[in-house]
Amino acid sequence: MPYEVREAEGYRVVMLSDEVDLSRSPEARKTILDALGGPGAVFVDLSTVSYIDSSGVASLVEGFQTAKKSGQRFALVGVSDAALAVLKLARLDQVFEIEATVESAMGGSV
Amino acid sequence: MAAKTLFEIRLSADPVHLKSLRGMVENAAADAGCDAGVATQVVIAVNEACMNVIQHAYDGDPSKEMVVRMLAEGGDLVCRIEDHAPPADLAAIRPRKLDDVRPGGLGTHFMAELMDECHYGHLEGRDGNYLEMRKKIPQ
Repeated sequence: MPYEVREAEGYRVVMLSDEVDLSRSPEARKTILDALGGPGAVFVDLSTVSYIDSSGVASLVEGFQTAKKSGQRFALVGVSDAALAVLKLARLDQVFEIEATVESAMGGSV
Repeated sequence: MAAKTLFEIRLSADPVHLKSLRGMVENAAADAGCDAGVATQVVIAVNEACMNVIQHAYDGDPSKEMVVRMLAEGGDLVCRIEDHAPPADLAAIRPRKLDDVRPGGLGTHFMAELMDECHYGHLEGRDGNYLEMRKKIPQ
């Protein structure tokens, strides 16, 4: 099942969910990279992610690197406790921009 | 005290099986007396170990097989993953530097961080490799 992507003016939100493991991470990667193929910021919503493994994290890192090259804003929003624990394990919690919500990421202007 | 086998499962190297395996690991860790936090750590480590077998030992071939065994032994939770791949270069298996931000290569780091011990080796008398991880069961 594909991941949902919500579009708004100036940004897209990739809604990852449930368990982002090796069986789902290729889809996550493709969805994130496709979202970055258009203009504007890309946010990845992790609020309903109950589990993420290193392949899921790798898809986030690839998104981060791709966005950096194209000069796009890329941030994680609503990071669940489970996802944050894994990001901390990978020392990536200080690398990604992490916001509580899309609204806060957009400065309250959504 | 004799080791107690919590479960042993033979499964194909297909990522679709990892979710149910994680459930088995979580239940086994809880049955052995681990709290939720420790159980989660073990789940992550075993999942990463199996991912490495799928991706690296078997190059993504879902027709191959691996064996996952969990035991409670001497106050430790022991997780052993075996494959039937050609002998791995054991010296090359080590966590990478995390200040190098790039996709991939995190699994070995996760296992080393979360488990008390990780031992890699070759199976005796037959093709294959094993990883045995130990975690002290909190009293």
